Amino acid sequence: MGFFNRIAAITLKEFRQLSRDRLTFGMVVMIPLIQLLLFGYAINNNIRNINIGLVDEARSFASRSIVDAVRATQVVNIVRHYPTVQEAEAGITAGEVRAVLVLPANLDQRAANASQSQPLGQWLIDGSDNIVSSALLGLRNMPLQELQRSYRPQTSPVFEGVLYFNPERRTPVNIVPGLLAVILTMTMILFTATAIVREKERGNIELLITTPLRSLELMLGKIIPFILIGLAQMTIILMLGHFVFDVPINGRPIQIVGATLLFIAASLTLGLIISTIAKTQLQAMQMTVFVLLPSILLSGFLFPYEGMPRPAQYIAEALPATHFVRMIRGVVLRDASLDIMRADTSFLLGFTLVGLVIATLKFKKSLD
Amino acid sequence: MNNIAIEARELTRRFGSYIAVNKLDLRIPRGTIYGFLGPNGSGKSTTIRLLTGLLTPDSGTVNILGLQLPAQAEQLRTRIGYMTQKFSLFGDLTLQENLQFIGRIYGLGRSVMKQRIEELLTLYELADRRHLLADELSGGQKQRLALAAATIHKPELLFLDEPTSAVDPENRRDFWEKLFDLSDSGTTILVSTHYMDEAERCHYLAILEAGVKRADDTPQNLMANMDANVVEICGPNLRQLKQQLLQLGQVKSVAQQGVQLRVLVDRAVTDPVSQLRRDCVALQPSHQLAVVRPSLEDVFVMCTGDRS
Repeated sequence: MGFFNRIAAITLKEFRQLSRDRLTFGMVVMIPLIQLLLFGYAINNNIRNINIGLVDEARSFASRSIVDAVRATQVVNIVRHYPTVQEAEAGITAGEVRAVLVLPANLDQRAANASQSQPLGQWLIDGSDNIVSSALLGLRNMPLQELQRSYRPQTSPVFEGVLYFNPERRTPVNIVPGLLAVILTMTMILFTATAIVREKERGNIELLITTPLRSLELMLGKIIPFILIGLAQMTIILMLGHFVFDVPINGRPIQIVGATLLFIAASLTLGLIISTIAKTQLQAMQMTVFVLLPSILLSGFLFPYEGMPRPAQYIAEALPATHFVRMIRGVVLRDASLDIMRADTSFLLGFTLVGLVIATLKFKKSLD
Repeated sequence: MNNIAIEARELTRRFGSYIAVNKLDLRIPRGTIYGFLGPNGSGKSTTIRLLTGLLTPDSGTVNILGLQLPAQAEQLRTRIGYMTQKFSLFGDLTLQENLQFIGRIYGLGRSVMKQRIEELLTLYELADRRHLLADELSGGQKQRLALAAATIHKPELLFLDEPTSAVDPENRRDFWEKLFDLSDSGTTILVSTHYMDEAERCHYLAILEAGVKRADDTPQNLMANMDANVVEICGPNLRQLKQQLLQLGQVKSVAQQGVQLRVLVDRAVTDPVSQLRRDCVALQPSHQLAVVRPSLEDVFVMCTGDRS
């Protein structure tokens, strides 16, 4: 029975060691519990409340009833009114709205001549997220009871749809910029976290503490090489995306690099914070996974933000990846600039500064 | 500029309910090699960490080279060197890269650093290994590298935490030669150890046990002023004899060393040999007894109250 006894001895030892490593033990329970609850609700492709804008050139009873009908579907949420189509297009580029409904000045005429099967209005749709754009394209054939007094052939759509930025609705166009966010989240957080924890494990830190080296100097010195690594990864991903998957790179390089640098900085500080908490490289890795999973699933990379319930959206807002997915899609696909996506830019900037302060304070230059 | 390098008063540090260092008073003159001798867990490492500012004391004051700790800890950094118990340089950097890294941290200029590294590599006989990774070095070489790194900025005060626990006696002797050279050039050295031969080389010695200083003086004075005489006994049946001797009140400690017993007898006993013959029935005429010169180990045993 030596065989089973020896296996039992090892098993018992493993359990004992696991129960002493409280962080790992916590992760064993927390990862499935929290993540499942979160994603069970979050992963939902029934999109609702997509933010859209309206250009109502008709300003008539008919246009108001169409707007009411569109609002009643709950698929969209009219948040902006633009006076002209040009301004509406700028709004899409800036990421203010996902789409704009344009109701032309001759709307009433078109509604009256229903037999000519002219579309009543036009949807201008941001095609950079395919799930969102299909939900909006679904509205082309929505029934409009108010205006059904006269016969209207079912075959002709009520609205016309125009897809901006990704007219062929190819998946790589949507995925590649988002993938940049996921890959950077993974490598940047993991690299910094383990780089510092490794020195703790090996005892290098004890030597560094007695030198004139300051905490902030150590932190910044650690971060800089990873910034360069991050930029190298960005170049590889976007080049590959462009030349192999034919993803359009519409943004200016300076904007792309700027957005990426902001995100790298935010991810690295998150890695630093993890490194001040984790005692072993294994713990650092687990904590990285804990951040990585929601960054993949909640950031809008795989599932649109609009499809998530409120609580999931709040969590998504706290993740740097969510902001970066928005920014990088905006910059790469829509040629948006960082200053018009001010909300996301300032979130990443603030996240980095606050994170750096926390990490420096937590990494005390003593062994207490 | 006074000639005291380290002055600590009532230094105390607790870890939870455990008192690692208990009201320790220290006064270490400049230019000396001062040893901390004590068993594992006696508070040697904790004391060094308190004196280098790595740990904050719960109470007590520390003055190092005229600076108050922990308030002025940062100012002190460039003036002290610290060699950790565990090798703490980077195993995946070469010897030369390790020294360059430490040199930059201490803010040495390019030409000064280059010259200093050459000096150190020659001094510590590492010049031909400069391109080896630190992990590929032997125990003795690692140790010399660590000493080179700890002294690259020519510190006035050097802390060595059990520096020779991982090397053979020959390397240990060479290592001490280097320490004497450093001391000769004016560096104050504080070294912790649990090796008697190493302790005996120090100018001054403090014997620590359970966070308390039991004695401190030069090794010679410690041996001369010991509270016991040492009697060596040769003969048969040493194991049984040891048990018998331990029953006697005046016997402080009995230890077997090969074919003889080393017995520590209270100093109040004027003629320990005849007294032992009188009191211990197990002693036979065939046993040879002689009073011998005390060793540092005897002092250590007396101080730490070991009666095994």
